[in-house]
Amino acid sequence: MNGSQLPEKPDYEVDFPIERVEAEHVSRREFAKFLCLVSGGMAVGTAWVAVKDTLFPPHRIEGEVFVCKTANVPLGGTHAFTVPGSRTPFILIHLNDGSWRAYEQKCTHLSCAVYYQPQADKIECPCHNGWFDARTGNVLQGPPPRPLPHLEVVLKGDDIYVAEPKTV
Amino acid sequence: MNTTTFRTDQEFFLDPQRCIGCHACEMACAECETNGQIGMIHVDYVDRYFTPQTSVQICMHCLDPVCAKVCPADAITKDEFGIVHSANTARCIACSNCVDACPFGVPKKIEPMDLMMKCNMCYDRTSAGKKPMCATVCPSGALYYGTREEMRERRPNSEPVNQFTFGKQIVKTKVNIMMPKGSTVLVVDDE
Repeated sequence: MNGSQLPEKPDYEVDFPIERVEAEHVSRREFAKFLCLVSGGMAVGTAWVAVKDTLFPPHRIEGEVFVCKTANVPLGGTHAFTVPGSRTPFILIHLNDGSWRAYEQKCTHLSCAVYYQPQADKIECPCHNGWFDARTGNVLQGPPPRPLPHLEVVLKGDDIYVAEPKTV
Repeated sequence: MNTTTFRTDQEFFLDPQRCIGCHACEMACAECETNGQIGMIHVDYVDRYFTPQTSVQICMHCLDPVCAKVCPADAITKDEFGIVHSANTARCIACSNCVDACPFGVPKKIEPMDLMMKCNMCYDRTSAGKKPMCATVCPSGALYYGTREEMRERRPNSEPVNQFTFGKQIVKTKVNIMMPKGSTVLVVDDE
């Protein structure tokens, strides 16, 4: 092929060169562009999270919210519920010693649903083998970075209510 | 950059006149697992009715490979040593553009695999400093892989040529063809 007769390299030859050396070559400019794009994207993403958190703070429960009757949850059992005005799933746990706990059911790692394991008396996230203490919500092992957010459980006779924890 | 022990001082010299049609090169080529045990070298009968003369054809590894240029899937590439590699199996769509485009008739579409396969000058061997399979078995010297000096000693009356003309088109190749002393170009088709 007499390449000199062609006016210039067509775009597809520039984008898909047949020379391996050219195809694998990353120029300083390309690398700088990529670096700017990625770090710029991360900066924008972080800013967006910060703005969103300021403008739309997480939903707080007002007063006490009725969940269920104590008879509905056996010892070692759980009850899933939501509170009005929010779609965040919560679980009410009846621990083996008879005490009650309520946690957000979203793992603090990547928001998978967490489950109470009565035999181990721990809360498990099956996605990445994360474990939480069923009594405190603290992380025992695995990738979750923070303890599970919890709610205050208030017993009134046979009725179970939840409220925002007092010390926040 | 890949680290290989490719010998850049060694070249391929093709002398089709010396081909005796023993097919040893085909057998040697097909022994290679990297080809799927399919021979990538072609032994052609020039005009079987009149003569027993055969001719041998390997990939000439054009400096401006038209097979790679016509590939719509970017499956054929040329490396820094000038080796035009066989189709990337993940990319080849078996369109046969390269089969039709090659001036030497080298690429073949292998139907059972739906894939183009061609000679890559035994890159698995040459990149490790070894000679291509066909060149190691050829008994008559039709296929020779070595340095230019070695070739000059063996064939003082021949000249390695790597330029072909097909009408107005000039094709330069990495592989040399042995021509009578003083030749500079092989005119295939003079329009």
